[in-house]
Amino acid sequence: MAGSFQRLISGRGTAVLLAGLGAGTMATGFLLSEKGSLAAEVKSKLYPPSCDFPDLRKHNNCMASALTPAIYAKLRDKLTPNNWTLDQCIQTGVDNPGHPFIKTVGCVAGDEESYEVFADLFNPVIKDRHNGYDPKTMTHPTDLDSSKITNGVFDDNYVLSSRVRTGRSIRGLSLPPACSRAERREVERVTVTALDGLKGDLSGRYYSLGDMTEKEQQQLIDDHFLFDKPVSPLLTCAFMARDWPDARGIWHNNEKTFLIWVNEEDHTRVISMEKGGNMKRVFERFCRGLKQVEHLIQERGWEFMWNKHLGYILTCPSNLGTGLRAGVHVRLPKLSKDQRFPKILENLRLQKRGTGGVDTAATGDTFDISNLDRLGKSEVELVQLVVDGVNYLIECEKKLEKGQDIKVPAPIAQFKK
Amino acid sequence: MPFGNTHNNFKLNYTVDQEFPDLSKHNNHMAKALTKDIYAKLRDKQTPSGYTLDDVIQTGVDNPGHPFIMTVGCVAGDEESYDVFKDLLDPVISDRHGGYKPTDKHKTDLNFENLKGGDDLDPNYVLSSRVRTGRSIKGFTLPPHNSRGERRAIEKLSVEALTSLDGEFKGKYYPLKSMTDAEQEQLIADHFLFDKPVSPLLTCAGMARDWPDGRGIWHNDNKTFLVWVNEEDHLRVISMQKGGNMREVFRRFCVGLQKIEEIFKKHNHGFMWNEHLGYILTCPSNLGTGLRGGVHVKLAKLSTHPKFEEILKRLRLQKRGTGGVDTASVGGVFDISNADRLGSSEVEQVQLVVDGVKLMVEMEKKLEKGEAIDSMIPAQK
Repeated sequence: MAGSFQRLISGRGTAVLLAGLGAGTMATGFLLSEKGSLAAEVKSKLYPPSCDFPDLRKHNNCMASALTPAIYAKLRDKLTPNNWTLDQCIQTGVDNPGHPFIKTVGCVAGDEESYEVFADLFNPVIKDRHNGYDPKTMTHPTDLDSSKITNGVFDDNYVLSSRVRTGRSIRGLSLPPACSRAERREVERVTVTALDGLKGDLSGRYYSLGDMTEKEQQQLIDDHFLFDKPVSPLLTCAFMARDWPDARGIWHNNEKTFLIWVNEEDHTRVISMEKGGNMKRVFERFCRGLKQVEHLIQERGWEFMWNKHLGYILTCPSNLGTGLRAGVHVRLPKLSKDQRFPKILENLRLQKRGTGGVDTAATGDTFDISNLDRLGKSEVELVQLVVDGVNYLIECEKKLEKGQDIKVPAPIAQFKK
Repeated sequence: MPFGNTHNNFKLNYTVDQEFPDLSKHNNHMAKALTKDIYAKLRDKQTPSGYTLDDVIQTGVDNPGHPFIMTVGCVAGDEESYDVFKDLLDPVISDRHGGYKPTDKHKTDLNFENLKGGDDLDPNYVLSSRVRTGRSIKGFTLPPHNSRGERRAIEKLSVEALTSLDGEFKGKYYPLKSMTDAEQEQLIADHFLFDKPVSPLLTCAGMARDWPDGRGIWHNDNKTFLVWVNEEDHLRVISMQKGGNMREVFRRFCVGLQKIEEIFKKHNHGFMWNEHLGYILTCPSNLGTGLRGGVHVKLAKLSTHPKFEEILKRLRLQKRGTGGVDTASVGGVFDISNADRLGSSEVEQVQLVVDGVKLMVEMEKKLEKGEAIDSMIPAQK
């Protein structure tokens, strides 16, 4: 019996024969065990999607909320043009069930096309994460005209520093979860060549993570510029730390107010910052720098990943749209102890973090306050929202200092339709 | 990663120089063996299940190693990896296993009756005895590469095989994802529970994916025979008990393994084995017997003797702390086990442990009496 079965399975009829026998049974196991490991095609039929569907019962992230067995079955065997798969997109969400209180995203894109090929998963995830934004029907506004910002200079007695960051991906190269070493090195080359073309207050230099001297490293740490190899399993399980520190680095201008991370969680992270409360100037430099970098890469035939539905394409769906986080470090000793503080922040569409960034606790009375939203509103709208919101928080703090009462503001509308 | 890795073909758009990893700061077996020529030759190859050279080496690229400890730096994704990527893995195997040649044959001997002695190690010094190995199940890819479906199938098959055992091997399976708090406490107290790997050597090789899906622990009612399912290998099989009766531990090890193997064979999923590499496991360091036979032994005086390392080397033994690999010794108690895996049989390796530990305990006793041990130092085995 063994002999005739073996002759049968050596031809192209294997898949048909297997399907007929029913996948996953011991009998089918018999046919293939003598041949060792399974060819990929045969395996995908022997293990139908239901065998591979992840156990998400203890999970609490956007991917786990959106992924159904039907969606998984439809998408499991699809490939993006760069040959990236659904399993690779969701691995981080399978490996990190999440926290009962914090809802993480749980999936990443390997390339620009992931958002398209796996739209049946990414669209509901985007909707969940971005307040009901529907990529199929809605368009995202991009606006980097910083002159529109009003009242963008804060009281220095309260605001210690101001910062705006975003990310940009280079079209045509795979994203950090998927990129090969050669692609990652190409991202570095394209970016650094462009940055070398910046002039005036933006001119600066690049520090490759692998080649920097001890002294340079210490200086970058002191300036709070240096980024480390990711330790968060959210990132490592998404394959973003592979080959570290190959092709990773930091560029900053001589004035230390404009900074670019190369090949960390995105191709590039662009940061404009300075001490004090002049958010308007920070945003002005941000927009100017971004536009110049874009121009410089376009001169060489490259461009940023962007489309009208998703705005700027980044690795994590949470950063789609503007990818923008504009924030301040602000002292709010009285307001932060008021029980209405969380509600005020919520209505102003702001979030608080500790002064070490995401997942850190506040030290003393100083908080990192920034915009919650990324997609569905433009850069100008979001920065104005932060400006108005922080001004309001400072007003509240001053009122409380004088023993006056404060009001919880009305909630801000989500999208302009 | 599971299924085909057609992403590999996409990388072929770039040259070897563009893709070759920067290994200038690396110190592991893979970094020593991998040249641009080998990379060029193997980069467009895949095993039938789609495992590629970059998959094999990722863990070694991500973990440059330690100046003093030489890690392996590469893993197999399936049985065929050792064949498709021989140009890299043969030199790695040779380097790791004392010059083992591609033409060498490995001897398997699980006949416990061939072991001489081993039942009389002094329990005042030898606190516990243990033998472990790994087994891979034919027809499935290995932990760095397998899909959830495969891992679950491995678990199902393993549980069926194990729960059919009886007599001294009658026991129970505890799946990691559904064990109760009480069960978990007990398994920790028994020193049986394994954790989600945190070592980047394992996580960078993709072995912690989907944790704890498909993972679990089986042990017999007597708590002397234990099997880990889907940790670093398909199966890790452990026989252990307090005291110095290594002979009994090895007997139970051999008998248990053979019973399990019979059942897997009946389901036509025997263990991966060939006459050149012996038992096929995920890490090249565990090829051959995959066996680590060892004791926890009090060697407070001997361990501070200037010739301690030399003695271990000559006896073909290695020391570890009592927490296992990468731990320090506590209170003069050491984990002493065989250093070799490939090129000698199970019986031969356990014999070395039994004879070597017996000798070292005698040395310890001599040193306690203030006597010299120079005449006892053995020749290189």
